[in-house]
Formats: sequence, C-alpha cells, structure tokens
Amino acid sequence: MTGSGMTDTEMIATSTATGSNKHGLWSRLPVVHQLRQSVGLQRGMLVVGLVITGIFILTAILAPLVSPFGYSQLRDASGAFGAQKPPGGSHLLGTTVGGYDVLSRVIWGAQTALIVIVIAVILSIFAGVMLGLVSGYFGGWLDRVFVVVFDAVYAFPSLLLAIVMSIVISGGRSNLIGGVLAAAISITTVFIPQYFRVIRAETVRIKAEAYVESARVLGASNARIMFRHVLRNATRTLPLIFTLNASEAILTLAGLGFLGFGIEPSAAAEWGYDLNKAVSDVSSGIWWTALFPGLAIVLAVLGMTLVGESLNDLADPRLRGRRSVAKASGLVAETSVVPGGILKDEFEVPQ
Amino acid sequence: MSDVLTITDLGISFSTDAGAVRAVDGVSLRVAPGEVLAIVGESGSGKTVTAKTILGLLPETATASGVVLLSSKDGSSEHDILSIGKRKLRQVRGTDVSMVFQEPSTALNPVYTVGWQIAEGIRAHGQFSRKEAKAKAIEILGRVGIPDPETRVNYFPHQFSGGQKQRVVIAMALVLDPGLIVADEPTTALDVTVQAEILDLLRRCRDEFGTAIVLITHNMGVVADLADRVAVMYQGKVVEEADAQTLFSSPQNDYTKRLLAAVPHVGQGIAHAAVRAEAREPAWLELPPVVVADNLTIEYPGRFGRAGFTAVDGVSFVIRPGEVLGLVGESGSGKTTTGRAIAGLTRVTGGSLTVLGHEMHGFKEREFKKLRSDIGFVFQDPASSFNPLLTIAECVAEPLVVHGRAQNPAGARTRVNELLEAVQLPRAYGDRYPHELSGGQRQRASLARALALEPSLLIADEPTSALDVSVQARVLELFAELQEEFGFAALFISHDLAVVDILADRIAVLYKGKLVEEGTGAEVLGAPKDPYTQRLLASLPVPDPAEQADRREKLRRLRAAG
Repeated sequence: MTGSGMTDTEMIATSTATGSNKHGLWSRLPVVHQLRQSVGLQRGMLVVGLVITGIFILTAILAPLVSPFGYSQLRDASGAFGAQKPPGGSHLLGTTVGGYDVLSRVIWGAQTALIVIVIAVILSIFAGVMLGLVSGYFGGWLDRVFVVVFDAVYAFPSLLLAIVMSIVISGGRSNLIGGVLAAAISITTVFIPQYFRVIRAETVRIKAEAYVESARVLGASNARIMFRHVLRNATRTLPLIFTLNASEAILTLAGLGFLGFGIEPSAAAEWGYDLNKAVSDVSSGIWWTALFPGLAIVLAVLGMTLVGESLNDLADPRLRGRRSVAKASGLVAETSVVPGGILKDEFEVPQ
Repeated sequence: MSDVLTITDLGISFSTDAGAVRAVDGVSLRVAPGEVLAIVGESGSGKTVTAKTILGLLPETATASGVVLLSSKDGSSEHDILSIGKRKLRQVRGTDVSMVFQEPSTALNPVYTVGWQIAEGIRAHGQFSRKEAKAKAIEILGRVGIPDPETRVNYFPHQFSGGQKQRVVIAMALVLDPGLIVADEPTTALDVTVQAEILDLLRRCRDEFGTAIVLITHNMGVVADLADRVAVMYQGKVVEEADAQTLFSSPQNDYTKRLLAAVPHVGQGIAHAAVRAEAREPAWLELPPVVVADNLTIEYPGRFGRAGFTAVDGVSFVIRPGEVLGLVGESGSGKTTTGRAIAGLTRVTGGSLTVLGHEMHGFKEREFKKLRSDIGFVFQDPASSFNPLLTIAECVAEPLVVHGRAQNPAGARTRVNELLEAVQLPRAYGDRYPHELSGGQRQRASLARALALEPSLLIADEPTSALDVSVQARVLELFAELQEEFGFAALFISHDLAVVDILADRIAVLYKGKLVEEGTGAEVLGAPKDPYTQRLLASLPVPDPAEQADRREKLRRLRAAG
C-alpha cells in the first residue's frame, strides 16, 4: 500500500520537472512550485485541496493502524456488533444493516479507492501517453484510426462503459484483486482517450517547433526525437488531468459499487457498495449508514478537484493572481523580457 | 494651440511572479496637434507600455503613476487618462484617441465584414442609423485608398491583402476624426514594399486629417521617413528627445549614437565582397559546387481537388564552396521553402536540386542521413529553436551525440566549450537553460550548434530578424568572422536587403517563387535591372530624413512608371 502511495507522488514529480534550475529541486516539484507561486484565494483553495487530499491519502495508507476494526469484521471479543446500532459507545459512527462498523468501513474504503485510482491512472497514463505520442508524431492513417476509435469510446457514457468492462473482466463481482483490477481497468478504458487526446495535441504542436526541426536537420532518429525532444515537453499538463481524473475515478468507482458491480464486502470496503446497502435505511430514519460513506466520497472528490482546479488556474499566467505592487515600485529590468533583448555585454557595436 | 497629449512623469510597474518590475520610469512627453512623434527603442525599453497607457489599455497587473493629459481635437475638453473612470475612458477612446495595431490580420474580426466593424465604432459614439454609419464607413474606406469602397465595404477581412487590411485598421482609427492616433509598430508585420505605402498613408493622415500620431517603432528607417520629432527610450527612460533632422544628423546621447551606428545600410558590404572575390584563386570556379538548383520546383499539395500551391517555381542557382549566397524576398516568395528543401525538410517536386552531390528530388532519409553532418541550420526564432528542458551545453552537444562523435552530452563537453568560445559565449553559459539567455545569446548558441560538426554548408533562415538592431549587428559580425574562420558555404535567407548585403558574396532576389535577379552585391544593389528589385530597393527606408525624402520621390516615380 505504502508502495503505491509513493509511485503516486513520484509520477507527478517525474512527469514535469520544468522551471528554473536556480531554485532547489524541492521547489521545482509540481504542486510545491505552484504552492509557492500562489497568492490569496487561489492559495487558499490549493491549500484546502492539498490538506483534504493529504488526509485522504494518509487515511488510506494508515488504515490498518487507525481503523478500530477490520473491514469485514462482524464480532469482537465481546460478541457480535449487532446491526444498525446508532453512533456511540465502541462504534463511533454506528453499525450497518449487515452488522459492520461504519467508521472502519469508511476508513478501509479510502484504501480501496486509492488503490483503484493509482492503478487506473498509471495504466491509462502509460497507454494514453504512448499511443498519443506515436499517433501525433507519425500522423497518417494510424493517427486517423486511433482518433476515430478513441472518439468512439468518448461517445459512450463512461459509467456504462465501466459497467460493461467490469462484467467482461470479472463477471460482475469477485475478490479483492479481481474486483479492484476490474474497477481499475474499466476506469482506465474511459480515461485513455483523455490522455491520448492531450498528448497527441501537444505532440502535433511540438512537432512543428523549431527545436524538433533542428533535431531532424541533425539527422536524429525518430525514436530519439520522440523521447528526448517531444515527450518531455508534451507532459506539462499531465499533473492537471491526473488530479481531475483521480476525482472522476473515485466517482466512477463509487458509481460501480452503488450499482452492484463493485467489490464484495468481505473482500474490501467500498463506499459505493455501502451507500447502496444504506438506501433502505434512509427512509427508516437510520442516517449514519448513508451519511458517512457519502461524506467520504464528497470530501475525497472535493479535495482532488480543488487541487486540480487550482493547478489549472496557476498554470495560466492570465488567470494567475499576483501580489499587487505599490505605485512605481520595483527595478527597471536590466534585460528585456522578450526574445531579442540586449544585455550589457552584447552592447559592443562597431564604431 | 495647446498640445493634444502631455505625459508628465509617467511611471509604470508590473507585478510579476518574480516581484515588481518597473517598465516605465519617469517619462515626460508632449505631442502637438498634427505632429508625428516617434518613440524608438529596443524590445523591453517600455515604448509599447507607454503607448498603451495613452489609451488606458494597461493590463490589470500594472500600476501607473504620473499624469497623462489628453485633449480633444478642438481643445474643448481635457482628461487625465490615469484617473478618469471606465465610462469616461470609453468615450475618449475612438473620439479623442485611437489605435493602429501591429498585426492587421488579428486586429480585425474575421466573422464580420469590414464595413460592420467600422460602423460598430461609429455607433458606439452617438446616434447614427445603420445607413448613415455605412455611408461614413464607405467614405473613410475611400479616403484611406481602398479602391471601389462601395463594394468592398461588404467584404470580409480575409478578402483583403495584408497592406489593405492595415488600411482598413487605419480607417477604423480615423473614422471619428480623433486628434491623436497611437500606431504601435504599424508596419512591422508588412513587407517592405507595402510598408512604404502604409507610411505614405500615415503621412496623409497627418496632412489631410490634421491628426497627431504617436508612432512606436524599432525601425530607424521608418522614423526617418515619417517622424517630425523623435524620443529615444532605453530601459524605461527617455534618453534623448529631438526633432528628426537633429537626431539623425547629430545625436547627443551615447545610446542613440550606438543605436544609429548599428543600423545596417545598403552598400555597406559591397567593398567587403569585392575583396573576398579578389582573394579567391582562379581555379575556384572549377570546383564542384556545394548546391546546384536546376529549374527547382516545389509545390505544396492542395486539399480535396483544389490545385496545389507552387511555392518555388523553376529556380536555378549554385552555391560554390566557401561562398555566401544571400536569398532575398518578401513573405511568400519561397525563400524559406528553398532553404528547407536544401536541408531535406521539404520535398522537391520538380526539377533538380543537388546538395553535396546528392540528388534531393525523391531522396530517401536513410541515404541522406550521412550527409546531414555536413549541413548546419540556423533557425529564425531563437526562442523556439532550443528544447526548453535541455541545457545549452546539451543542446549544442546533440549533433555530436547523434553522429556518434561523443557517447553522451557530458563526453562532448570539451568540444562544446570550444564551440561556445568560438561564438563568444562564456563556458559557464553551457549550464544554463535556453530561457535564461537573451535572444542574441541564444542565436549565438544556435550558431555554435550548427557549427558543431564543422559543416561545409550552413543554411541560415532569417537568423537576425527576431533580434534588436544592436544585437543584430553583433550577430552578423560574428557570422562573418566564423565564416572566414571555418570557410563554410552559406545560404543566408533574409527579407532585409541591407542585412544580406553585409554578408553575401552574391545576392539572389526571389519574387512569387521565381528568381528575378542574381548577381554580386554591386550588380544587384548598385544597378538593379529587374523592376521588382528596383522597387524593393527604393522601398527600403534609410535612417536619414533628407536622403529618405529623395528616395520617396524616386519610389513615387518608379510606381508611376510601373
């Protein structure tokens, strides 16, 4: 579990390490860089998002330590928990109709969600980025076929596609690994076109840049141009789609679970499944079985969306807020900002 | 009569990611009615920001101090642009002051007719019926020299040429008869021959409409052609202000002197080329040429049944070893396409092109690859010709690694340091990223990369057109030095005759894909035979008001004759 958490952050770190090399490596990391750059409301949004997401990830990783009971535990030393017990006593958030502890299910549910997100996003990033790169760089009929296929995938409602994939992979429901993989792969199918489109568009743009032409004039091979010059420049927007997709992945997973295509309660905790089982409770005044898993979904999605939206705003110089300056303050820039500026040492004109 | 515009102690600061940056620092200027004030300066000098302040067009990140006092044409009202509200500002724009933009093709909305766009400005300032507004639009289009304005008022922007679009933009600025027009680099995006026409039109604006003009430009020739008074800006300050005659004949400030000295003149390089020609041995003519183009034709395929576009049409020339051929032409003349074809970036569709003994018509990348180490290429825009994620040293090492002369960028570092020193960059710059270098420095690094494999042929596609004049002078000098030292043959592509003249042994002039004239600098520039070359040469403004007035006369006669 800890392992997948690490891959998660490393992924963001390696995908874009642009910016000036004057600052340390730490402040060049995405998210950290943006956090230092932001001011005012945008900083507030980003911080709130990061805190919520941080709590979510920590809860997921530390689930075995912080959770009072196991996700499929029905009894302890003092006997069975009993069904639909209100919050209080040894069950802080009460128990479900099936007799599980609600708090434990919510905490373990974070772990399931995180695993699914990590697997889904890694699979779709690799597949989407590679296909987008090849398709955009070489163009031609291959490109057309890919674009048509992925546009067709886009045309399907994503949840329907996820359901179909889930049935194909696991026949509906299964154990932890099978269920998680089924959910992750079905989400992957929905997300590949998004990465594909973004990377392809960037590749097509970068392909026309002078530095790529320059590499072609030098006689560099296609593979070298693709990986050394195009790929690293094309991945700048990935952390952004990554965060927004992660929140969408949670929703898709919860949707699958709610519709009964999720993971068995004995195999793993899953918020959507718990919500499904809590539907009948709501009308009989048992609020705690539905509220807490629902709240968990809302908070996890909110946190990631806040991070994603803030990154989006900060990436655009026109949307980015800056500290206001005093009238006529600051120094006149020594060199100009635009290409073609002059430095003092350049200024030796033949007399 | 009082001044139309008085700027007193203007200071503008921008808030950026790196903190406050001051763009304009205590600038004071004034413009009398019917006067053309040129603000000259290199990029980053604050000239455009000053001009935008006059219209209250500063972005939200800017804070301004000082006073910008604008009077209406009849002198009935005065406003301080920096302190009046948005509603008042909107009334002032268009009626008291208006703007001509740099790029006419983006200043016009492509989905409306030009008549609608002109009428929009009229109807924003008072009660006019649709008919009246259209009548006014037709009248103004006629006055700025659009033929047949009654029909063309209903045309869309894409149906006009670049020069005509700029005329429409000027018509939009003039239609409410403002006392002042701010023209921000109005001719920079246009070809030289079109530029001369637009400058004529702006001169007529002043004479016929009595409009004062604030002309923002970096081109000293344009200043000499049009301006009554000149303000030179450097690093946010006005370093010198004088009337045009005085400024060009006896500049006072050191910066102005150096700026004027850096402007290339036609005829500078003729003596140099003659010396080079004499130094060559007679047997040189017998050597096999590096590039032979014979009836070279390059056609871009058309879309779905439309005919293709012929970019280069039956061009023939040769480049001999160690010779610099200057290729001159306006946009769309096919000069860049020719250069790209020699480098194997564009396919040849007809005729024959032999590069280093290899036929490029129907070439295979696999066979050509070996020859690529003998060809260097310098791109136009130094900002985009380097991979932003690699250091300068890694970029310069790239050709060495690709052709197996070094295992990795680190192994090539010794050679890279030599190259950086050859282009007069400090070794330490190798560890910087491209965006940490200025435009001129980047273009030098670009030269270093092109020369890394000691090619026998270098193609330079407008290598200095994105640079400021003073930087351009430096890069051109360096290019000449390197050419002497390494002795490569070069194809030097430029739209600027004066720049080509400095470097080239021979000059070829392209017009609409055809080679109209070829010869030494003395032949082509001294006594041009083709009418197009004559027109091109006469259109080129020179940085001397008196001489420019003569040239203007000459151009008028040429146009009348042709």
